[in-house]
Amino acid sequence: MGKSNPENGYDLLKRRLRCETVFVLLILAFCVITVLNINIGSVPISVKEIARILFLQEGDATQMNIVWRIRLPRIITAAVLGGGLSLSGFLLQTFFSNPIAGPFVLGISSGAKLTVALTMIYALSWAGHVSSFLLVLAAFVGSMLSTGFILLVSSKLKNMSALLVAGIMIGYICSAITDFAVTFAEESDIINLRNWSLGSFSGMSWDNVKIACIIVGITSVCVFFLSKPINAYQLGENYARSMGVNIKMFRTALILLSSVLSATVTAFAGPISFVGIAVPHLIKRSLNTSKPIVVIPACFLGGAVFCMFCDLVARTAFAPSELNISTVTSIFGAPVVIAMMIKRQKEKQ
Amino acid sequence: MGELYFKTKGLTVGYNGKPLIRDIEFGVERGEILTLIGPNGSGKSTILKSITKQLKILAGTVYIAEDDLKTVSAKELAKKMSVVLTERMKPELMSCRDIVATGRYPYTGNLGLLSEEDEAIVQQSMESVHVLDLQNRDFNAISDGQRQRVLLARALCQQPEIIILDEPTSFLDIRHKLELLSLLRKLTKERDIAVIMSLHEIDLAQKVSDKVICVKGEIIARYGTPAEVFQEETIRELYGIENGTYDPLFGSIELGRPQGTPEILVLSNGGSGIPVYRDLQKQGTPFAAAILSTNDMDYAVARHMATEIVTAAPFQPITEEALDRTMALVRSCKEVIDAGVTIGQTNQAMEEILAEAERLGKRKKVKQHDVLPV
Repeated sequence: MGKSNPENGYDLLKRRLRCETVFVLLILAFCVITVLNINIGSVPISVKEIARILFLQEGDATQMNIVWRIRLPRIITAAVLGGGLSLSGFLLQTFFSNPIAGPFVLGISSGAKLTVALTMIYALSWAGHVSSFLLVLAAFVGSMLSTGFILLVSSKLKNMSALLVAGIMIGYICSAITDFAVTFAEESDIINLRNWSLGSFSGMSWDNVKIACIIVGITSVCVFFLSKPINAYQLGENYARSMGVNIKMFRTALILLSSVLSATVTAFAGPISFVGIAVPHLIKRSLNTSKPIVVIPACFLGGAVFCMFCDLVARTAFAPSELNISTVTSIFGAPVVIAMMIKRQKEKQ
Repeated sequence: MGELYFKTKGLTVGYNGKPLIRDIEFGVERGEILTLIGPNGSGKSTILKSITKQLKILAGTVYIAEDDLKTVSAKELAKKMSVVLTERMKPELMSCRDIVATGRYPYTGNLGLLSEEDEAIVQQSMESVHVLDLQNRDFNAISDGQRQRVLLARALCQQPEIIILDEPTSFLDIRHKLELLSLLRKLTKERDIAVIMSLHEIDLAQKVSDKVICVKGEIIARYGTPAEVFQEETIRELYGIENGTYDPLFGSIELGRPQGTPEILVLSNGGSGIPVYRDLQKQGTPFAAAILSTNDMDYAVARHMATEIVTAAPFQPITEEALDRTMALVRSCKEVIDAGVTIGQTNQAMEEILAEAERLGKRKKVKQHDVLPV
């Protein structure tokens, strides 16, 4: 209707362009890091070789082995779990309307870690074998317990910082119990546990990769289809309700989905810090919007790129010894979180 | 008069199953504004939350377009009713247009993508409340007045038949209050929307509403047209006003009158006395006002502030009695302030009074304030 004042113009095109640029850059980064990840290592493999091994499935037998048995599963694990972790953080931030919420700070990862550790110790000593499905289940139970506790606390404490403190406390309690269990466990039962509890994407079998892909894949698609109510919920619970969102069901779905995601990640790679907070924040800033329909896929992609990059650093920075993945994600993630808090404080004034 | 679009019957509202207000009965037609007034904590918000399904209704029924609110699905209701709430939202990285566009929620598909028609409605909603120029701005970076208008645009964008607003003027300055309410007035008529809102400003409530409900504690204190509700006593009781008065005619509130025997006599008419009254009231000096015709605007104000008023019937000569009383006041008061008296055929006696004050050395002329532009 009426005059199309250029100053009044809706910069839809500008915004679309920005989103497209971010996606293109993310995909580009994804490809580059994938190639780098296969390329770099104790046995360097040239890009040409990589292409031959990947697409033609031919080449030097050792190199084939390294790519197909070691590096590729690891890359896919890092990508899928990183994406899942980042989405899980985004869901929790939406749920608590707090940008600093994430599976790690709220103690949800630690809860999963505890139950997984207990399962590993006892299942190993009884059955001598733990299926990855059982681990995921255990992690899910653990993260649901932590989440339940957090929800209980959040119904009593409206204050967001108090909630975070509660989450950190839960994290400590769970870690303490885990350490306790580990200390008294048989040495042979915990060889894997030690490595796992520090966090790593290494040593994934193709079976595990498949399971992780299926769970994270289905959950992420479900999250994507929640983008409409998430958008409404960003205005607050009461506005969302007035637009016809079934709040109870929506909140339950958010919690279940984010718990499944962080549980899967914890079950396979151990607790990984800061990805859940830093990646969604960086993504929203670079897209300059919080529209879930673009933020959700970008978060997944961003989480994948971030974790693949961190894994590359973990693997190569002090080769031949490897860093824990959490060490690297903290180094890159924590400054982002601190910068974000300072910026928010400034905006408040 | 049309059908009542939205009405309550024997409604009881409260928190956690504890009834707070019982037997609420009111109704509003489309194109009408119904306003809830009452002191803080009287339950205005509780009623609004209950009729928007944020709180469970404890007893009674709410009807929207003949249907029982309980039987209307959340999605259907969203197409009929939209809200503007008091809670201050802090959405992250959302432009004003994004906020307004969320109003299309009940109409969009599974992914919430906006069709061209949706975009046009967003555009038009923003135009109608004059916020189109804000569309690319971050919602957190605009002023309170702009924010309320954006939220109103969002509510309109939902294409409702009724809008419910909880204290929409709370954080606004006077200019933005007027702007918002006149917009609301205009839009209700133009779009045939029913409006239910709560307001703090009783003066504005009187002027903007078609119907008013006074909410105080247990029951609805009063319900009716502004003319019925805005009686001096009703308002005084509703808000428990002890140190002041409410003038239903102008919808204005005055501070209480100074107590004691009059120390000063103010002579004026036609509005010239009002600034003097206010000064004296602020100083806490009890004063008398004379001789005011009961249809004089000075009289309307003096009524709330002066300890004593000597009056005359409109357009009638001053009576002997009134003259005597005024003369007595001239003698008993320490000072007589001549705030400017227009003398005509019916109030010749004022000359005598002024002369007497002059003779006693008590007459003090004050510069005449321009009360009304000449």
